[in-house]
Amino acid sequence: MNFEDVTKIKYDVIVVGAGHAGCEAALACARLGFKTLILTINLDKVALMPCNPAIGGVGKTNLVLELDAMGGQMAKTADKTLIQLRVLNRSKGPAVQALRAQIDKKEYEIEMKKVMENTSNLTLRQGIVNKIIFEKGIIAGVSLESGIIFNGKAVIITTGTFLRGRIIIGNKDYEAGRMGEYPAMNLTYNLKELGFIMDRFQTATPPRVDKKTIDFLKMFIQPGENIPMSFSFWNSKKVYDNIPSYLTYTNEKTHNIIRENIDKSPIRSGMVKTHGPRHCPSIDRKVINFEHKKRHPVFVEPEGKYTNEMYLQGLTTSMPTDIQQLLVNSVAGLEDAKIIRPGYAVEYDFLLPNQLNHTLESKLLENLYFAGQINGTSGYEEAAAQGFVAGVNAALKLAGQHPLILKRSNSYIGVLIDDLITKELYEPYRMYTSRSEYRLLLRPDNADNRLTKIGFDIGLIKNSDYEKVIKKQQKIESLIEMLGEYTINPDEHNNEFLKAIGTSTIDTSTSIYKLLKRPEVKIDNIFKYFFENKGADNIKTYNDNYDKDILEQTEINIKYKGYIEREMLGIKRMGKIEGHKIRKNIDYFKIKGLTFEAQEKLSKYLPETLGQASRIAGVSPADISILMIFLK
Amino acid sequence: MNKSASDTIAAIGTKPGEAAIGIIRLSGNKSVKLTEKIFRQKNRKKISQMKTFSMTYGYIVDKKEEMIDEVIITLMKKPKSYTKEDVVEINCHGGMAAADKILELCIKNGARIAEPGEFTKRAFLNGRIDLSQAEAVIDLIRSKTEQSLKVAANNIKGIVKDRIEELRKRILDVLVELEASIDFIEEDLEVTPYEVLEKNVIEIQKSIDELINDEKRGEIIKNGIKVAIVGKPNVGKSSLLNVLARKERAIVTHIPGTTRDAVEEILYIEGIPLIIADTAGIRKSKNIIEKIGVKKSFEYISKSELVILVMDGNTQIDDNDCEIVEELQGKNIIICLNKIDLKQITSKKEINKKFKLNDIIEISAKKNIGIDKLEKKIKTLVLGEEEFNIESKIIVNNRQKNILLDASGMLKHAIKAMKLKMSEEFPSSDLKLAYNLLGEITGQTTTNEILDGIFGKFCVGK
Repeated sequence: MNFEDVTKIKYDVIVVGAGHAGCEAALACARLGFKTLILTINLDKVALMPCNPAIGGVGKTNLVLELDAMGGQMAKTADKTLIQLRVLNRSKGPAVQALRAQIDKKEYEIEMKKVMENTSNLTLRQGIVNKIIFEKGIIAGVSLESGIIFNGKAVIITTGTFLRGRIIIGNKDYEAGRMGEYPAMNLTYNLKELGFIMDRFQTATPPRVDKKTIDFLKMFIQPGENIPMSFSFWNSKKVYDNIPSYLTYTNEKTHNIIRENIDKSPIRSGMVKTHGPRHCPSIDRKVINFEHKKRHPVFVEPEGKYTNEMYLQGLTTSMPTDIQQLLVNSVAGLEDAKIIRPGYAVEYDFLLPNQLNHTLESKLLENLYFAGQINGTSGYEEAAAQGFVAGVNAALKLAGQHPLILKRSNSYIGVLIDDLITKELYEPYRMYTSRSEYRLLLRPDNADNRLTKIGFDIGLIKNSDYEKVIKKQQKIESLIEMLGEYTINPDEHNNEFLKAIGTSTIDTSTSIYKLLKRPEVKIDNIFKYFFENKGADNIKTYNDNYDKDILEQTEINIKYKGYIEREMLGIKRMGKIEGHKIRKNIDYFKIKGLTFEAQEKLSKYLPETLGQASRIAGVSPADISILMIFLK
Repeated sequence: MNKSASDTIAAIGTKPGEAAIGIIRLSGNKSVKLTEKIFRQKNRKKISQMKTFSMTYGYIVDKKEEMIDEVIITLMKKPKSYTKEDVVEINCHGGMAAADKILELCIKNGARIAEPGEFTKRAFLNGRIDLSQAEAVIDLIRSKTEQSLKVAANNIKGIVKDRIEELRKRILDVLVELEASIDFIEEDLEVTPYEVLEKNVIEIQKSIDELINDEKRGEIIKNGIKVAIVGKPNVGKSSLLNVLARKERAIVTHIPGTTRDAVEEILYIEGIPLIIADTAGIRKSKNIIEKIGVKKSFEYISKSELVILVMDGNTQIDDNDCEIVEELQGKNIIICLNKIDLKQITSKKEINKKFKLNDIIEISAKKNIGIDKLEKKIKTLVLGEEEFNIESKIIVNNRQKNILLDASGMLKHAIKAMKLKMSEEFPSSDLKLAYNLLGEITGQTTTNEILDGIFGKFCVGK
């Protein structure tokens, strides 16, 4: 096939950008049978992790596992390339526990590219997109800076920080998508011409240092878990490589260097004026804002197995490189450390996400989707989740099927997208568990039970995988039922056991189910005692069927039930208006009873339902009632 | 047809404050049936049989068939009504107490509180008025709200809002700590110890309960409480009532069993309105009329919030006294040991020993001895030990009280979880509910306060 022929192919979907959002979007479309093209500025940087070498974290884990449950790629590739896996919040309940995987960055890129290259219907190409092409007002494809045109019925923009990207180090700045990469200048002008409103955010990354120049003896070792685990629901659990990270701290000397050179910090010199993420402040900002704090933690993390580069989490800065070197060397264990790559800040255009529907299709132009950091988010996981939703919806729309709209009540991905679309965005958006009002229900551990059916219905989950989830759920339910029926007597022997496991005794015949409701009673103990030692035959035969996973899920279900019901009760009030659709093309300024602020905000966010309208800051319950009247 | 129009809504149609009448309006297909459940009239005619645009007189009763207020009912059958639905208007006495209670009864019997402008909305939905008319009505409603908001700066409403805001702030402070330790576990944050947070939540819950209690005490000061004076015949019940009322009211004779009906008086003791009744003397009797009197006495006792049990110090405690005490189990009781001006046959000590009751006051109704002591005792039992000055207190309304009760329950649940050392997300779940619930009082919508709080307080970030 020669060059000219390639451009004559009519693609179904064109994905612009091959970061975490782009990869998920392209894979979803191609796997659903749609001819998909993914374009990237540099084919050697597919699924690159430009910042921290890790996937997961509190809240983000939920996103990754939800993606995994519906047929996304991220968790699977993470399992293949991780060099350390840790459980966060282990001492807390399962709703807020999380996984954090240290990833070999290079391997992750290679793996993800390999998966894409071996997916049928998917074509990878290098090129810088400068324009979206229309034919009679309908999306027809994209053109490259080189002048080549690719035809496509739908376009998904996943350009990350590349739109009008500007890198800042000290008092120097230059145009770049990421360090050492081209920016995409013209596409952002094109989007503005088309009528999209863009804004600007900033983010930054810390310096990397050479492992050989670090004195790890002065640091605290941070090993991973040595128990069989996996990120993905579909991979079998195993004990992974366990390359440790290290923890050290900044000190007064570090802080003095910052204070003495604060005029050189871009946040002070005016080189950076845009908002950055509050969850990821530079060390400059931390020292200024929290003057009383004597030290700040610095996590030293490997970037991969085959490199000496170490990531200095906590030392994000875009000070001039010589100051960065001074800063690094003031930290215990880093006295002789040599910077390999300096830290830097990047400023970029993003699309105000209120211009999108819940499918991530733009309200302005049909078949044009946006996903990832371009929507004002931060984080690989947030990007991947959006990429998946945009890709699936582009495909479903082409197939003439119902869209995939995830709800706040069934997933963190639903929370993410709803927040983006209805809430004011002041900083790059990161997921937290506190953002979900259904936190006890939307746990990482039950993402498969919540969402695999959706993935199966879309066509991204294999029949055998779906059946696995159904079977697991059936086992859990039958076990719960059994535990409710199986009662124990208040005899001396049983009570002694209860005392031994630190719970109060019983004076009437009590079901195991009831005992498990007590926070201090663990299913492991009780199962062993009552079913194995006591030889309760009918149950013992079942017992062999219940692996650790089933027991865990059963216990969580029983313990959480009351709390989840309470959570639901509080949300019920919202439920009535939640799904109430708001028709399009409403001139809010003509609705007389609304306050001016509500008129403005509603015009800006164009909510699709009354539920969304009610979450917009500045729209009061009284405004909602008026809107309801208007809508009827 | 619109599905939301199927439920029945209710609201107080008159504005709060002193007025001659209050109107509760109901609209929806259950409004007639619902009113029948709580409305009683002499001829027992059903409201559903009334003609449209007609009125009838009767009274509203609660579940125990206790009268709440005399009312006039107006019926407007669909479709010729404001909303084009069955509309019932209940005209009751003015002041919010009666109207509030009747509204509460309507809600308990299946109506839903109407949202602002909802009657108008239904009128619009059902095609009775057009949009511009509906908007005009809403304009009116809104302008009133704005006016009342201006006024609120100086009145109790504003104070309530401030107080609730302060409580919300205190809940938010705890939430910020709990959430920081969940979402930012990887950071080196110095969060407040769990035990301290638990103490804070207990304090917040106490503050909410205080508001609820003040509401109850405020209610007592506004509407009074029912007090029954009981005892066996001829121990001096009527004399006591007279001396409290400082006028002759009940028939006072020395013939046992002369008070047949409970005589109600409203008198002010230490500023508290007491709806006080002198009941028929209680004893075993074969006399049918006296039996009826005794039965009525017991009925009255069951409705009373405070019982003053009179005993005759000049006679021995007998079976009748014992039986009465038996009947009063669980009640708030003050024992008046009467006739101390005569020879003491039964002493305070004896009563205390026999009945294990502590609030015993020695009096002579006839000679006006010990009455001051009794009045003070009534006050402390009703309003508590501490001085209760209604002007200095924040008194919430019925709706606000119900929200506070819910919020208090949630905080109790959170405290329970914290006592059990359950991890942060459990108490947090209840605290968030309470936080949002209190927002319903102030009309505040939630946005990102928790995260803002975390970023404001802690040095977060890697």
